Amino acid sequence: MIEMFDKDHVVSIKEFKREEIDTVLDNAKEMLPVAEGERISHELDGKILATLFFEPSTRTMLSFEAAMIRLGGRIIGFSNPKQSSVKKGETLADTIRMASSYADIIVLRHPQEGAARLASKFSSKPVINAGDGAGQHPTQTLLDLFTIREEKGGISGKHIGIAGDLKYGRTVHSLTHALAMYGVELTFIAPEALQMPKENTRELKREGIEYKKAPGLESVIDELDVLYMTRIQRERFPNEEEYEKVASGLKLDTDMLENVRDEMIIMHPLPRVDEISSDVDHTKYAKYFQQAANGVPTRMALMSLLLDKSSVVKR
Amino acid sequence: MNTDSKKIKISPIKKGTVIDHIRKGQALKVVKILGIMEQDIDSVVSIAMNVDSSSGRKDIVKVEGRELIHEELDKISLISPEVTVNIIDDYKVRDKHRVKPPKMVKGIVRCKNTTCITNQKEPVEPEFEVTQGKPVTIKCLYCEREMRGEEISENLR
Repeated sequence: MIEMFDKDHVVSIKEFKREEIDTVLDNAKEMLPVAEGERISHELDGKILATLFFEPSTRTMLSFEAAMIRLGGRIIGFSNPKQSSVKKGETLADTIRMASSYADIIVLRHPQEGAARLASKFSSKPVINAGDGAGQHPTQTLLDLFTIREEKGGISGKHIGIAGDLKYGRTVHSLTHALAMYGVELTFIAPEALQMPKENTRELKREGIEYKKAPGLESVIDELDVLYMTRIQRERFPNEEEYEKVASGLKLDTDMLENVRDEMIIMHPLPRVDEISSDVDHTKYAKYFQQAANGVPTRMALMSLLLDKSSVVKR
Repeated sequence: MNTDSKKIKISPIKKGTVIDHIRKGQALKVVKILGIMEQDIDSVVSIAMNVDSSSGRKDIVKVEGRELIHEELDKISLISPEVTVNIIDDYKVRDKHRVKPPKMVKGIVRCKNTTCITNQKEPVEPEFEVTQGKPVTIKCLYCEREMRGEEISENLR
């Protein structure tokens, strides 16, 4: 397999070429038995990962840590900036300079947009963006693509419905951008107030990607190969009544699955609130927990490629 | 009305810079960008607004005894990309050129996004890529937000 990956840092999915995404996904596939504990790996023996979490994100942090440990490396870091020098007023730039002298690779989660780009400028080691405010969260997109590929046998040509807060949701913007590279059919499922911003749909038009809009799940769910659900944030609405009005058309329960395609899958970046009722969890369509589990092999692949980008990953 | 009354009523300057074809209504911003009132209080500055020209109404700014440096030109092009700069020496145009938006903008505009990392106390200057010429659109290299038109002129540093 010829590997194509030429990145010093992973800041934004927009910097990825299709071939580079494919390389990450191919490697993630190879990592699966290690991620699931069926095989032991010493690939990153002696390497240190610094997890710098300036805001909590339990799932993301644990999956990065599990990924590093599965590959034989170790972890340093913090998940509560109140306990760190940040509280004393240290700049992010200085924190990053310090961490990059202690560790071999850095994972950064930060509330301010653009923080990961800044970190990449001050770090002598690879930086992976694990979410910067309303900005980018590229590893979420990579694990989403990995899940679609694993579950559906490929990405191109699939009909993918994305439901929820499409206006503000950074996950769906990054995912849409990446899916456009694969040539898919897209349906954006949201009332007009929460629909995909023009900036994003313009990009799709430029790429020649067809998309439709639907106001709620009912009218479109039976035509989908993949239903990607996201959370609608209550705080975006002036009152509970307004929220309920919008959210009710974007809630999924088992009754709605009666006529869906046999191989349809349901995804969600988690955490969910009440947009997917818990009885859906037991159906064959529910893949969101598998999706969360896929964070580990995907992040293993990424760290492995960044730490050894010049040669083929040793297995 | 004779033709003379339509001519621009600003006398020629001996030495300095004439900034011509400024977008209508933007002359005062150009003066602000140049920092004329702060630095060059000895210079005579003439401002003409809403002047007739072959391509419609425009503004003109004349600064006596001062040549613009490159960074200042970049700033002007962000709010008025059609600007022409004439360097005047001994009442004659020694040099005439159009300003173009640069490919990159560094340090002269701050990001409109208050939660952008460049608006915190970090040792970096805000940097933007010019993604579109008409209207001038710039994109923050950090938070990836886009700004255009008024947003740019309101956020000049």
